[in-house]
Amino acid sequence: MTPSLVLAVAGGVLIAAGVYLLLERSLMRILAGVMLAGNGINLLFLVASGPAGLAPIVGEPEAQIADPLPQALVLTAIVISLATGALLLAMSYRSFQLQGHDEVADDVEDTIVRRRAQADLSSEAYVEPDSSTATDTESGGRLVRDDDVVPAGNDAAEPER
Amino acid sequence: MDLANLVPVPVLLPLLAAGITLALARHPAWQRVVSASTLAINAVLALVLCLAADALGPIVLWVGAWPDGTGIVLVADRLSALMVLVSSVVTALVVIFPSRRDIADGADGAPVSVFHPTFLVLTAGVSNAFLAGDLFNLFVGFETLLFASYVLIMLGATKERVRAGSTYVVVSVVSSTLFLLTISIVYGATGTVSFAQLPERLAALDPGLQLVIQLLLLVVFGIKAAVFPLQAWLPDSYPTAPASVTAVFAGLLTKVGVFAIIRVQTLLFPESPLTDLLLVAAILTMLLGILGALAQGEIKRLLSFTLVSHIGYMLLGVALGTAAGLSGAIFYIVHHILVQTALFIVVGLIERVGGSTSLARLGGLASVPLLAVLYLVPALNLGGIPPFSGFLGKVALIDGALETGSPLAMLAVVAGVATSLLTLIAVIRVWQRAFWQDQAPDNERVLSVRVLPRIWILAASALVAVTVALTVLAGPLTAYAERAAADIRAGAYQAAVEEAQP
Repeated sequence: MTPSLVLAVAGGVLIAAGVYLLLERSLMRILAGVMLAGNGINLLFLVASGPAGLAPIVGEPEAQIADPLPQALVLTAIVISLATGALLLAMSYRSFQLQGHDEVADDVEDTIVRRRAQADLSSEAYVEPDSSTATDTESGGRLVRDDDVVPAGNDAAEPER
Repeated sequence: MDLANLVPVPVLLPLLAAGITLALARHPAWQRVVSASTLAINAVLALVLCLAADALGPIVLWVGAWPDGTGIVLVADRLSALMVLVSSVVTALVVIFPSRRDIADGADGAPVSVFHPTFLVLTAGVSNAFLAGDLFNLFVGFETLLFASYVLIMLGATKERVRAGSTYVVVSVVSSTLFLLTISIVYGATGTVSFAQLPERLAALDPGLQLVIQLLLLVVFGIKAAVFPLQAWLPDSYPTAPASVTAVFAGLLTKVGVFAIIRVQTLLFPESPLTDLLLVAAILTMLLGILGALAQGEIKRLLSFTLVSHIGYMLLGVALGTAAGLSGAIFYIVHHILVQTALFIVVGLIERVGGSTSLARLGGLASVPLLAVLYLVPALNLGGIPPFSGFLGKVALIDGALETGSPLAMLAVVAGVATSLLTLIAVIRVWQRAFWQDQAPDNERVLSVRVLPRIWILAASALVAVTVALTVLAGPLTAYAERAAADIRAGAYQAAVEEAQP
């Protein structure tokens, strides 16, 4: 099998451009990246299908037709990438509706964990056992609430976007 | 009726019901009846399929009976039939939970009517992925379940869910793209995507190309299964969805990834176990996952991290590449699907009773003894306390690792035991704080089991009872897992597929 160099290179370039766009935070750019990479892979299927031939329809001479299976696979892949595109568009629009931009924000709980680490506090899941009740068998080892406050704001590690 | 005709039913039945529930969009009560009864029937049929696959060996159906193997093939061998059974039981029990309030919370006028159709499509996708007899149908199964999960994770499209959903969708889309790329490489190199023909043709390839294909497949399924270093998306995205949705995601979706890893390692590349690489990944998945869990102050996130961590156990079993490791991994998958789902469901109940899932805000739940029992039993099970199935599964895996005796396997044993203990610390911390610490003084909430619909309590108890029943059924189940592992290694799969070819 002699693969077509033009198709392989075009597929590679499309995938590379797609991956570059995927690294962005804006959902619209991610969408463009997914579409580019998806189309690049569809081209690679054409490379994998071998040399070009007649349309694979019953009745054509069997030795001259192109391999029909990759075409079927690519058709399925195109339908799926259409659905992906529609979903990402809707997601991006909803995100724009809610926040005025379509950039993916940081996770809230992650930010809390990070702030606690920077402020050198223990994890939220940990409570100091209260010494006054330590010898008190009546309480059954119950924990007494000790609310320490998470320092908010002025977080240098979180870039403002 | 030929038994082979039963194979596509777990895919077709939920899809049909999805159409019906979509038509019933204006009648939520009917929707619930249709989807609950469909999933119950589905579970019964899956049990029949599982018993038949055990008695008769792999059951194969060439869909459409096209000549010369041109059609799509569905295969229910012991492993996939067992997975279909467990997943159908889980979905049949979980579908009881979502209520109108639960699904739409925080977003009035949200399209709650899409929940049931989507959930059924998810079930069909999971079954399709388990039963697929070729790489491309596996891809289609993955896409089906992923698209359903995209909708479910962003149900109601609140700000928080769209943010979490974005991470999830983008990561999943990347892994799907990579999967498609791998399929094109596999087809280009071998001219087939069938699981039955691939082993022979892959073995004839250049070793370097073989390794590339194997690693690409492992990366793709590693993303789906949340294996270190591809696990970071999971704790970010799962916890914001409604509890019942998270329960199914945590129970099933990652296990589909693990199942696919088992297929790759045992069926496609039996000669190249990559034991060292996978063992290192397993050890790091276990340890980093559980250390993450210890830092969390929110129960759903904490459980999501333990989920990541316990994927490491299954990977450990697969990595060993021995019959004992494989059967241990199969047993552990079954145990973990049920336990993790039960825990997330119970956390949903905790959220309803206590009004929060944050450890800093919960307290005094021990005054609701039923809830306490429902939490403690699966929690101890997850932590690996004897005599629960978590303990038995871990012992089987550790036994398997000790058998091979390599230094890295010993290290994995140490990591496994440490992870088990740390899991116990994590879940007991929730136990202590949510159930035994005093309620916050400004919290006027009256804790009572009455806020829970009775059917929820019944379903949650049933789910917890199933996890406990695994202890009782551990003997037959282990024997089944051993037979399944032996099947895979003896090449029963390829033989059955070729024999059934029309």
